[in-house]
Amino acid sequence: MIRVVLPAHLRTLARVQGEVKLNLEGQVTQRSVLDVLEFHYPMLRGTIRDHVTHQRRPMVRFFACQEDVSLEPPDALLPDAVATGAEPFLIVGAIAGG
Amino acid sequence: MSKVRVLVGTRKGAFILSSDGNRKKWDVSGPHFAGWETYHMKGSPTEPDRLYASQTTAWFGQIIQRSDDGGKTWETPGGEKMPDPYGPPAGVSNKFVYNTSPETGKPLTTHLWYDGTPRPWEFKRVWHLEPSLTDPDTVYAGVEDAALFRTTDGGKSWRELAGLRGHTSGQQWAPGAGGMCLHTIIIDPSNHHRMFVAISSAGTFRTDDDGTTWKPITRGLHSLYIPNPTAEVGHCVHRIAMHSARPRVLFMQKHWDVMRSDDAGESWREVSGNLPTDFGFPIQVHAHEPDTIYVIPIKSDSEHYPPEGKLRVYRSRTGGNEWEPLTKGLPQRNCYVNVLRDAMAVDSLDPCGVYFGTTGGQVYASADAGDNWAPIVRDLPSVLSVEVQALP
Repeated sequence: MIRVVLPAHLRTLARVQGEVKLNLEGQVTQRSVLDVLEFHYPMLRGTIRDHVTHQRRPMVRFFACQEDVSLEPPDALLPDAVATGAEPFLIVGAIAGG
Repeated sequence: MSKVRVLVGTRKGAFILSSDGNRKKWDVSGPHFAGWETYHMKGSPTEPDRLYASQTTAWFGQIIQRSDDGGKTWETPGGEKMPDPYGPPAGVSNKFVYNTSPETGKPLTTHLWYDGTPRPWEFKRVWHLEPSLTDPDTVYAGVEDAALFRTTDGGKSWRELAGLRGHTSGQQWAPGAGGMCLHTIIIDPSNHHRMFVAISSAGTFRTDDDGTTWKPITRGLHSLYIPNPTAEVGHCVHRIAMHSARPRVLFMQKHWDVMRSDDAGESWREVSGNLPTDFGFPIQVHAHEPDTIYVIPIKSDSEHYPPEGKLRVYRSRTGGNEWEPLTKGLPQRNCYVNVLRDAMAVDSLDPCGVYFGTTGGQVYASADAGDNWAPIVRDLPSVLSVEVQALP
């Protein structure tokens, strides 16, 4: 069981409260987590990563185990604590503006 | 008695203002999509409770919302869970991908940037949604970077009408100060194969074949701020308007100048007349009087507020040139708001109602064609767009 924390605007869009829990078979990477997240919540497609290139949107960041993993390759393995559900995978809207 | 529904898009969400035909007492619902910019909302002419909304943020991009109950509830078209992972994909209502295929004959990859260098086209947001006059599932979307898209499945998926960007001038289009946006879409009610669009700052274009091919319609425009003031493209058109009973007559608020065409855009002449300034953004036509038009003059391109701090709508009953200020109920001192291009609308009741929203968050209404005004609301977020529906 993977736990994903969405930013408030995307929780509203996906009509969820609190964490999202996802079953994921195979390797736990940014790509596989986002694939299964978008499968269950199609309205999130295009809001976290580009529809075509799958590149992370510029003002979205990913955190795992208190580390910013946004710049890690999308197929890099996420920490075991995320893969086991001990820690959540956080999708964060970057703090920007004045 | 008829009812009126005013759809207001703001920097921080959408609001729906409702009244009976007297247009005196208003109910306010919202914010819908709180915290998101709502560039535009508009209802289907054939199914008025079918509304479409363009919702966007710099963080999470574009969302298209649809309501089938007049805005009480909303959904993202095609956002339902897919039945199985190997089945056909559900809609992708926020997927706006430029067509660079050879089918257009002219695959386009770049336009001009501010410094004159080529720059790849990049989708940023939907500025304007124009539902079909006949089919509630067909909607046109004007987007930034400037392009026209169409859905025929109620917003689940969108395809570009690439012939517009494929016009020979497409690679020479460049953004204005607000970006390179397609902000105006007008469907000719007498000829559904004909449409008009306006782009900042490419100009205005017409199709007579359902959007397959387009021609610039800018003869008569004169813009001192571009290298060739009478060039075919490059004019910063802010808004165009048409009366449905007289579709060959178009009115235009340009960056500077209020213009009129009597031949479906083939030629234009200036009708700024006695306006205190002919800079502005919106322009509208009275619902029952095709020669009565409205503009809201703004001081200049560098000072986006009303001249003398007086918020005045100007009305011409002669199709331009002769203008009268409408001031009753509008602030006549210390007013420094702006009114954006999509933020004025008219209803079809009798007498005609006129509405506009300001960057200061006020939405003003007149139930008597502009003679008297009153605020419906005063303290919304900055208003981006106003549309109105008259309901049975």
